[in-house]
Amino acid sequence: MTDFLILDRLTKRFDGFAAVDDLSLGLAQGEIMALLGPSGSGKTTTLRLLAGFEWADDGRVVVDGQDVTRVAPVDRRFGMVFQHYALFPHLDVGANVAFGLETGRLDRGERTRRVAEALTMVDLAGYQRRSVSELSGGQQQRVALARALAPEPRILLLDEPLSNLDPSLRERTRSELRDLIHRVGITTVLVTHEQEEAFDLGDRIALLRDGRLQQVGSPDELYQAPVNPFVAGFVGRASDLRGEVTAEDPSVLVVDGVRWPLPEGSRGFTGPAVMMVRPEGVRLVDTSRGVTDATVGARRFLGATALFTVETDNGTVLEVTTDPHAVRTGDRVGLALTGIGLHLFPTASA
Amino acid sequence: MSRPRRAEAFGWLLAVVLAWLVVYPIFLVLVESVRGPSGWTLEHVSRFLERGNTWEALWGSLWISLVSVVLAGTLGVPLAFLFSWVDFPGRRVLSGLVALPAVLPPLVGVIAFMFLYGESGFVAHLVRAVFRLDRAPWRLEGAGAILLVHGYSMYVYFYLFIRAALARLDSSMLEAAASLGAGRTRTLFRVVLPMVRPALTGAALLTFMTSLASFSAPYIFGGGFRVMTTQIVTTRLNGDNGLAMVQTVSLALVALVALWSFRGNVGGTSYTAQAKGVAPKPRPIRGRRARVAMATAAWAAAIVLLLPHATVILVSLVPFGTWTTEAIPPAYTVQNYVALVTEPERLRPLVNSVTMAAMATALAVGLSVLAGVLAVRRKVRLGPAIEALLSLPWAVPGTVFAIALATAFSISSPATGRFLLVGTLWILPLAYLVRNLPITGRAILAGFRQLDPALEDAAATLGAGRWRTLRRVTLPLLRPALAAGATLAFVTALGDFVTSIILYTYDTRPISMEILASLRDSDVGVAAAYGVFLMVLSAGVFVIGSESGTKGVGA
Repeated sequence: MTDFLILDRLTKRFDGFAAVDDLSLGLAQGEIMALLGPSGSGKTTTLRLLAGFEWADDGRVVVDGQDVTRVAPVDRRFGMVFQHYALFPHLDVGANVAFGLETGRLDRGERTRRVAEALTMVDLAGYQRRSVSELSGGQQQRVALARALAPEPRILLLDEPLSNLDPSLRERTRSELRDLIHRVGITTVLVTHEQEEAFDLGDRIALLRDGRLQQVGSPDELYQAPVNPFVAGFVGRASDLRGEVTAEDPSVLVVDGVRWPLPEGSRGFTGPAVMMVRPEGVRLVDTSRGVTDATVGARRFLGATALFTVETDNGTVLEVTTDPHAVRTGDRVGLALTGIGLHLFPTASA
Repeated sequence: MSRPRRAEAFGWLLAVVLAWLVVYPIFLVLVESVRGPSGWTLEHVSRFLERGNTWEALWGSLWISLVSVVLAGTLGVPLAFLFSWVDFPGRRVLSGLVALPAVLPPLVGVIAFMFLYGESGFVAHLVRAVFRLDRAPWRLEGAGAILLVHGYSMYVYFYLFIRAALARLDSSMLEAAASLGAGRTRTLFRVVLPMVRPALTGAALLTFMTSLASFSAPYIFGGGFRVMTTQIVTTRLNGDNGLAMVQTVSLALVALVALWSFRGNVGGTSYTAQAKGVAPKPRPIRGRRARVAMATAAWAAAIVLLLPHATVILVSLVPFGTWTTEAIPPAYTVQNYVALVTEPERLRPLVNSVTMAAMATALAVGLSVLAGVLAVRRKVRLGPAIEALLSLPWAVPGTVFAIALATAFSISSPATGRFLLVGTLWILPLAYLVRNLPITGRAILAGFRQLDPALEDAAATLGAGRWRTLRRVTLPLLRPALAAGATLAFVTALGDFVTSIILYTYDTRPISMEILASLRDSDVGVAAAYGVFLMVLSAGVFVIGSESGTKGVGA
């Protein structure tokens, strides 16, 4: 492998509980990897293992061919932007950025130049003498980024980089952040629990759950080819249909007596199964023209479309995207499957 | 993994050092109390049980402390509500002045009371002149005198604690109560008092423990009235070391039982408002007459509270031997202050106190920072034990510690961790150090807790090693906590009387002992000048403390 950053079978246990469990990932130089997952999935622990704040119980971290598993954070040359930025409140902006440049090799003039350069890079030229407490949240985030990048680290680590910003600011900052990282060309690992952030920033996404890697791939891969029901449910919206594929008719999934046709290419096994259905996987048709009839429940207006909740007569609930004015709450409709956005997985037992 | 293991090793080391300083001497007292020249014996204990005056002293300590709590609370709580909730002319200035009894070191306060309310004090002179009496109609002696001093100096605990609690109170809480139909009284009893209860119990506990350990007031004003702290010293002076040990143990036990029962009462009832709210604004008094009356009363109260300070300053200007029977001293001079710095014999105690207090403070701060790093940051296994050891001296009266250190370090036996320090330069700084540990420990550990650990992590990712992180990030951010802990500890050590009187030697005599000696020589001016020195330093510390508190950097 020619990967620049390698996480090789990393395991970290706290009191016998595995926070990170046998995690392997490889990043090419300059790649941005987003660690995505619900809280408690081990993504922050993974980041702390990378930074060196925690030491792995098993496995290795390799950067550019060097095993850094047992290297202290001080000597790793990894830059990190903390969730709440962790700017030193007693130092001004310039001193914050200069902090990582004070290890000796640079003379004063060079240091000043590098500080100015780093601040210019994040669009804060001339802010050296400002106190960090006078800065807005977005500016603080950029100072934290400049500070992390100034010593020219080998890897950039971002812990929930946008979670502290107003929603209105978040989207703009996100694209600025992506552009900046690409411009610098630094190999980056970021942690987020927001799918949109991961999709927008990450070249690839590693989806974690209970400390284990579920799937790694581009946003499209995760959305279109989830490897298990968790991935299908976590990435994008999906309703689940739990039932059984019987030997008599292996082309349908039977859920409470309703026979849902299986998508092309997913036939060929029998037994208990779950079908994850994306909102675009369901089509509303006239009553008794579809697979089953249902009643329209809540409507969530999204602009060009609306998301409707529909409930079949035997209690199965699905989400459907369609024209906002196609139906109203309380209407009786028929449900059909479109053939796309359907993912079938066998389950261990019914 | 070597890093955590090394931290654990340091944790053990620190715990052992602290246990040696804090627990071991008391343990030795316990041992001595059941040992005689010919081995284990209950002889001292049975003498303790038989003697009436010992029980009398223990009972005296207990009831004086309880009444002090009631007295201080009765004064302090209404004052806190008044200054927090009612606006009247001069409120801001007065609310600061009201806390001033806190800047009187115990012995200085006692002396001020003596000059002010004693039989030949200013007030007695005034009363005699007005009513044409031959002698003062009272004697400043016994339980009443002790309670007067306690009430005066300890209401400040209630005042400051309750004011802080009221400042944290969210006014929307009161508005919510009002919108639910609760009148003022119901709001006070159902909302406000439950919210400030932790502050009330905290102040009560502090007052109780301080009264129990109080030495200066009973020593000077006690007369025939016995409390345990002075009784222990008397017993020891009489050469009955065994009985003194048992008495020391009994006082320590009372203190620990009191602490334990208070904790039991407080347990788990600390409320904090969910949202950060704004404290209710003080309300102006409506009527003009009421406002004037209120302001007058408040100013009068403030003057009464400031009289002791003024008294010490006035007396410090009295030349030696010039003030005998006059109501007001007839002559004034700054000679007493000049004497403090020019006469080597007078300067000596100042230098002693400052040096010893500085040594003790520096060491206490060092140990507390180490404790903070290990217990809060590295979370070593012995962290809770280290914290408990740091705070233990707070629960143990100073007299007990002084006796314990005098016992532990009166013989040389390095194998059992005992060194001959009594009579040397080192015993008083060591005693001050032990007494300082809770003060610096509490401030510095709290400082560590408020520090965002991400700041130190950030320094590490930027290539800063442990020392550079400590020097450039941790210590600068801890500065308010360090300043608060160090200055308070320094001032406490500087004015210490209770441990000094047991452990001092002539060469190491501190200010407090010199004040006592000057009084004995009727050199009241010099005694008061020392008192002013301590008072001014304490006041300065309070100013620094409150400034560094407000300047605290938010992470």
